[in-house]
Amino acid sequence: MTRFTLPRIATFLVAAGVVAAATPAVIDFASVKAAAPAAAEATDQALMRRLTPQQYQRIVSDVFGVDMEIQGRFEPVPRVSGLLEVGTGKVGLTASGFQQYYTIAQGIAAKALDEQHRDFLVPCKPANAQAADAACAQQFLTKVGELLYRRPLAADEMKTQVDLASKGANDLKNFYTGLALSLESMMVQPQFIYRQETVVPSKSKPGQFELDAYSKATRLSFFFWDTSPDRILMDAAKDGSLDTPAGMKKQIERLAASPRLEDGMRSFFVDMLQFDQLDLVGKDATLYPNFTRNAVDDAREQTLRTITDHLINQNGDYRGLFTTRKTFLTPMLGSLYRVSVRSDVPNGYPQEWTAYQYPEGDPRAGILTHVSFVSLHSHPGRTSPTIRGKAMREVMLCQKVPDPPGNVNFTVVQDTTNPLYKTARERLNAHATEAMCTGCHKITDPIGLALENFDSDGAYRTSENGAPIDTNGTIDGKPFNNALTLGQVVSQLPAATSCLVNRLSAYGLGRDVPRSQGDWLKTIQASFATNGYRVTDLMKTLAASPEFYQSAAPK
Amino acid sequence: MSAILNRRTVLRGMLGGTVITVGLPMLDCFLDSNGEAMADGAPLPKTFVSWFQGLGFAPTYWEPKKVGMGYEFGPQMKTLQTLRDKINIASGLKVFLDAHPAGAHSAGPAGCLQGGVSTPNLPTIDQIVADAIGTRTRYRSIEVSCDGTQEGYSRRSATAINPPQTSPTALYADIFGSGFVDPNVAEFKPDPLVMARKSVLSAVAAKREKLTQFVGASDRMRLDEYFSSLRSMEQKLQIQLEKPAPMEACSSPKNFKKFEVQPGMLIDEAREANRLFAQLLAHAFSCGQTNVAHLNFGGSSSDLREAGSQQTFHMYTHEEMVDPVLGYQKKVAWFSNQVTEALVDFAHAFEAIKEGKGTLLDRAIIMYSTDSGYARSHSVENMPMMTIGGAGGALKTGVHVSAPGDGVTRFGLTVMQALGVPIGSWGIESNTTTKTITEFLA
Repeated sequence: MTRFTLPRIATFLVAAGVVAAATPAVIDFASVKAAAPAAAEATDQALMRRLTPQQYQRIVSDVFGVDMEIQGRFEPVPRVSGLLEVGTGKVGLTASGFQQYYTIAQGIAAKALDEQHRDFLVPCKPANAQAADAACAQQFLTKVGELLYRRPLAADEMKTQVDLASKGANDLKNFYTGLALSLESMMVQPQFIYRQETVVPSKSKPGQFELDAYSKATRLSFFFWDTSPDRILMDAAKDGSLDTPAGMKKQIERLAASPRLEDGMRSFFVDMLQFDQLDLVGKDATLYPNFTRNAVDDAREQTLRTITDHLINQNGDYRGLFTTRKTFLTPMLGSLYRVSVRSDVPNGYPQEWTAYQYPEGDPRAGILTHVSFVSLHSHPGRTSPTIRGKAMREVMLCQKVPDPPGNVNFTVVQDTTNPLYKTARERLNAHATEAMCTGCHKITDPIGLALENFDSDGAYRTSENGAPIDTNGTIDGKPFNNALTLGQVVSQLPAATSCLVNRLSAYGLGRDVPRSQGDWLKTIQASFATNGYRVTDLMKTLAASPEFYQSAAPK
Repeated sequence: MSAILNRRTVLRGMLGGTVITVGLPMLDCFLDSNGEAMADGAPLPKTFVSWFQGLGFAPTYWEPKKVGMGYEFGPQMKTLQTLRDKINIASGLKVFLDAHPAGAHSAGPAGCLQGGVSTPNLPTIDQIVADAIGTRTRYRSIEVSCDGTQEGYSRRSATAINPPQTSPTALYADIFGSGFVDPNVAEFKPDPLVMARKSVLSAVAAKREKLTQFVGASDRMRLDEYFSSLRSMEQKLQIQLEKPAPMEACSSPKNFKKFEVQPGMLIDEAREANRLFAQLLAHAFSCGQTNVAHLNFGGSSSDLREAGSQQTFHMYTHEEMVDPVLGYQKKVAWFSNQVTEALVDFAHAFEAIKEGKGTLLDRAIIMYSTDSGYARSHSVENMPMMTIGGAGGALKTGVHVSAPGDGVTRFGLTVMQALGVPIGSWGIESNTTTKTITEFLA
């Protein structure tokens, strides 16, 4: 059994086939963590996906207004195949998880129908506020239900909901209380909390199956905007145009051109880069006094701003994320980066983000050198080249390696306070040469050591315990001498771009791409290269291909 | 804002000034003359806590030398000596890995709590116990985590993993807030809103067949889980509609301290959370709110650490030199001692609840389990396993049993039988056993 719910710093991995060699081992034993649950074999079956907290919040804001705060926490989702989004296609719901959803739904329903909100959310007034009014309830539930279920409600579904509202109103002598009971029950039903997809025989390919129009609309909308379809998309599903290539293209162009694309892109990169885990990052307050909770939030925001600016506003090459000198900073981040961030907002206003460019010769460039990445993949009290290298392999290059075995005998264990071994490299090199560990560490640690100039809190340093830090190394045979050249080398690795395609397609589908669709993935990868590694184009290509909506026959 | 919580502040916050009927002192006529049983003569229910902390202890430095009663703990467990007569301890038990490539730090808890290492789909002991003794309480089980992470070792299957509560403050509000009905309240009136919600959920449950008709096998399994969770919620509402059986010792925690664990895995924070959770769970048990709980203290490959330190518990187990004089890793032993102290804190909260001539601990089992017999080498041999408490007389206590080479599942099977779970065999593959530890059973 693993520490299932949040594979915080999950597995210790090695590329398959790499076997121990008799070279000096670089080992950080402490990075050996419990294994994450093994990914199930990829399927081509459409899977229902549980809404993520972010999606839930967005939908609630879209439907009921931006002042709807979610009170409470959702049951966590495990990260599977590198993505929470794939995990959402595998989770059930525990009794306590159900209760959390129910409590949250009760809070939202109560607020949506309170005296401040009911007048603009309920499109009618009940004949008598102390009794049931089925007609008025139905008007409200039709309007809201379609947005919550991402399709029109079937007649029997609507009847159930209206009956519940009527019964509640009569029992409790209040129309709005009855309506709230019906609404909160909708928000706890699987049709809402799971994105359920309906599979129908394909119109263009006889014998095959694909998603129906509403399910296509849902998949598109979550892929580009990470929320439920809007009215226009629902209409395109309803009138059949979404089932035509031209109608589909029109919607894809509209979604990709919307400012909400940034929401979708942020959600994807938070998932791929595992930035949800930043919520759990805390550094020792004595060793890293500048690393406050607010600084972590700013660090995450810095990287997301850098990514969306580069990919959307500049329409830049994905590979440029590993080398770009352009970023955004706040005064608080300035204290971590030790750069002066000038803020000219008027007195009393919140601090704002300022565009910043690392000057020529600065040791930082690319998102790997951001505080977010290096602090996330460190211990609370010190860095870990092993964890950082592993994160590089897993997160950025999609490389997988087996878990360390149980009952390993660490025959030689060195004292880390030994004055002979001052830097991480020296400590790690001095560690044991246990054959079964060496192979793994050889492929993680050199990459991580290149980032040793950045302390656990992301601050720049050139020495550790008085000894200079050596950041030389190689990755897949290509040499680098520091974080800058590491970024350049990584950006040119074929695995860096193919990894993005793999993750983005799995993210859109909510499952790993099955082997049977391997050729499709190759085509997509080729077009990514042809388009100069533009991510918005990649999203559009994925979304426009029929394979994106294919499914096995319903069972 | 006040750092102290009490029922009144929570209720005021939640209900916005609605008048609350506070429970009156329990009337003597509800109890038998001893106060150890319900008025109808049924004994107070047995209760169970699965208390988990990884990284174990150093072999040969924790085991009692003497087998049977009157034993003395080894140096790494000496803190437990004061509770010795309430503790059963087994040494020598192991997890069989068979041919499975078990992950470091994950095979131990899988063997101890799920009965096998080859599939993540097995339910944990606390959930098997909850099915037997947790169905008539407001909460079937409560899961908490002390290190600020939402990680725990309680699940019904690989896809239904119970998320632990990390905030003592939130758990306090959940248990003793507006949904709490004092079992000793003189007058009981069912809440019409709860009644309405229950009938709403019944209407949703009635759609089960329709909703599961056209989905694939794995989605159907997940929907089944969904509907059984919905059913639990329905039962919970039903329980809130019935007048609860009086519980003599029931009281809500007084002057409960507001506390949130901060990220950073500080052991002092985890210990404070453990103390507060112990208090909450003990009161919840004493008020019949639940009979089953799981507490994760600091996880398997535990990153707990001291403020100002670069190293964590886990790092020390692999990196610290064995002290040539002591024979074990000194700093690791310091952490192990923190763990036993936390365990004592936890048990003390149960002893503080007086029930008749005894305490809540007498009808409880607090089961300690861990991930390794020797963390330094990821060994799953000689796993330390302990119970504290008497399971309502089902356990003899104060006994040490040594069973080298036997499966650790013997321990779990014994605990489950003592708690009244109808189970004769537990575990899979080589970890399967039908053999209880009879020396523990009364």
